[in-house]
Amino acid sequence: MFDSLSDKLDLVFKKLRGQGVMTEENIKDALREVRLVLLEADVNFKVVKEFIEKVRERAVGSQVLQSLSPGQQVIRIVHDELVSLMGGGEDNSLDLAAKPPVAIMMVGLQGSGKTTSCGKLARFLKGQRRRPLLVPADVYRPAAIEQLKTLGRQLSIEVFDSRADQDPVDICRNALKYAELSGFDTVLFDTAGRHQIDDYLMNELVRIKDVANPREILFVADAMTGQEAVNVAGGFNERLEITGVVLTKLDGDAKGGAALSIKAVTGKPVKFVGLGEKLDALEVFHADRLVSRILGMGDVLTLVEKAHAVFDEKEAAKLQQKLKKSQFDLEDFRNQLRQIKKMGSLESIMGMIPGMGKMMKQMQGAGPSEKELKRIEAIIDSMTARERADHAIINGSRRLRIAKGSGTTVQEVNQLLKRFTEAQRMMKQLQKLGPKGLMRGMGKGMFPF
Amino acid sequence: MTEEKKGFFRGLVEKMTGAGSSYPDAAILDERKEEGRPGFFERLKSGLSKTHENLVGRIDTLLLGKKQIDAETLEELEEILLTADIGVSTAVELIRTLEQRLKRNELQDADALKSALKEEILARLARHCAQLDIGSHSPFVLMVIGVNGVGKTTTIGKLACRYTSEGKKVLLAAGDTFRAAAAEQLEIWGERTGVDVIRHQEGADPSAVVFDACKAALARKCDILMVDTAGRLHTKVNLMEEMKKIRRVIGREIPGAPHETLLVLDATTGQNALSQAKLFKEAAGVTGIALTKLDGTAKGGIVVAVCNEFKIPVRYIGVGELAEDLREFDPTQFVEALFQ
Repeated sequence: MFDSLSDKLDLVFKKLRGQGVMTEENIKDALREVRLVLLEADVNFKVVKEFIEKVRERAVGSQVLQSLSPGQQVIRIVHDELVSLMGGGEDNSLDLAAKPPVAIMMVGLQGSGKTTSCGKLARFLKGQRRRPLLVPADVYRPAAIEQLKTLGRQLSIEVFDSRADQDPVDICRNALKYAELSGFDTVLFDTAGRHQIDDYLMNELVRIKDVANPREILFVADAMTGQEAVNVAGGFNERLEITGVVLTKLDGDAKGGAALSIKAVTGKPVKFVGLGEKLDALEVFHADRLVSRILGMGDVLTLVEKAHAVFDEKEAAKLQQKLKKSQFDLEDFRNQLRQIKKMGSLESIMGMIPGMGKMMKQMQGAGPSEKELKRIEAIIDSMTARERADHAIINGSRRLRIAKGSGTTVQEVNQLLKRFTEAQRMMKQLQKLGPKGLMRGMGKGMFPF
Repeated sequence: MTEEKKGFFRGLVEKMTGAGSSYPDAAILDERKEEGRPGFFERLKSGLSKTHENLVGRIDTLLLGKKQIDAETLEELEEILLTADIGVSTAVELIRTLEQRLKRNELQDADALKSALKEEILARLARHCAQLDIGSHSPFVLMVIGVNGVGKTTTIGKLACRYTSEGKKVLLAAGDTFRAAAAEQLEIWGERTGVDVIRHQEGADPSAVVFDACKAALARKCDILMVDTAGRLHTKVNLMEEMKKIRRVIGREIPGAPHETLLVLDATTGQNALSQAKLFKEAAGVTGIALTKLDGTAKGGIVVAVCNEFKIPVRYIGVGELAEDLREFDPTQFVEALFQ
């Protein structure tokens, strides 16, 4: 929706070329851009204000380094300060060092993702060789108990048999007793969603806390939350002394600035992030990654991890060999397409590469859409093995057959072959240039597809 | 007012536990109405009072003792609008307009500025405001979409309650076949309101559920068919495609349907609501918005931003837990309550 901070700052500093020291004057505009980016990322207004002050103090008077442009330098300061604000380097692991059964309580607003996070966390704990018991204590929302029971079935994790006509506090007391008797070492309490200003329901949470004596109280926050995050987190923390935060729905395009607000207000670390609907989509929180996301700097680490998880290593090694020998054929090309598709939408992948945000805008319309990729795959699928290995043999009648087989036109087949020949030629060139040349080549807009 | 509200909720809990049933049925809801619940306007006001305190309260402090308004004041106003989640571009636009009026010397003091801001916000909301005409088609197909956890199923439940009490024949389609126990949740609402629910097994194709529901709605001569869908993040291409397919199936079975595609937005959501509105509009042609959870939040600003930027009318707002707390959106009332 907006340009990355680095693009904006580059623009601001264009007029400042040749100045040696950053002054109050010349960083004023830059800080305004920083402020807007943070506000657009839903960081709370007050937090932004304090933060900008901090950055101003550090930036004013600092020497402009030779190697960095002023814009880059401000970004570096902003980045570092944000990471330290987010508690980068702090320990954010779960504290379960207590006499079992250890209790964990999940609290938060309606619809923030408590029940799903409960299931994910139980799976995470099971992976750490613990024996968790799930306890549904949401008696208000229709079928909330049923939801957790279903998740328990999917995970083969036992769910305490609560009923909607019971008192949540009683449920928790009984569940804890049951866990002790049956040898569970961790108990996860899924509480009902509530507003922090709802006194009656907040009292209920305090009573559950007294009964369960939880080692961890995790506040579940939706990454899409706006300015309100401060009030909600503050309210919950005041009543319950939360111990950590789970940031959910980070797989969307929300920047997650709410996490900064929450951390600034409560001082409690974000421990986990939810990255999808499936039960394995829970990850340990990394401050620097979130900061890069907020600043629109790309998220190379996540991309690398994602690629790592999806790409077949043998396949990749084989491809590299082929590239070296310039034997890259349509078969390899199709494999590559398929692997890229496994990683998610093309746009989301590109968004994770630093600097690609700008490039994508330039390429709008020039680059292939998800739909085109599908057609390309269909065309290659309609070729014979021999044709894929050597596209030179594809003559007119073969083209007609391929077009018919893939439901496309001869023109489209022609276009693909032309693009492929170009790509092949480019790869040969890049091979000579090495990895640095690859980036340069891409910068020049030689991106093949 | 807030005290009273809590009282209601406590009463609700007591009733639930006392009656041995966990859910308030229609009788309880009626009873509560008779207990002399304050009018809707009062409750909306209380629900929005925090917004009001925050937005207007701060503007008041800002303008206190200032007879004249200068550019600096306007700049601070812009900040206040931003913190109300009103969205950067809408805030800038509002301030620009005020600036112009300031230049024309239309705004002399704090009061004039306040009423000008009120006018401007109201104008933006009223420009795209229309109420839903359920009677225009039979069956009227209403499809409810949105990201995860915004309150789609609850909104459908409340709407079912509302239309049933108006004497309409309602049918619900449990199109959320993904989330655990989503269909059960809808069924409980169906039981409460005495409305039939068409459902399949978990993991079934939602389009198949919707197909059956369309057939059933025609055969049973229903007035309204409401289609629940699974929550989906607007950035998930495959899930958005699934939604388009649901839409296609509805349109094929009942020509012209869905007559309303209601996007449910959570009032606590910040700037991301704009991205949601944009992508859902592109994929499903959103024709209306329901803004939920307005009772606990301090910010109603996002309505102005969404309404203004995407020209989608806000149809309903949710200001509480009860079925009758889902109300038709009235911009005048909304802005009045905001500025009282």
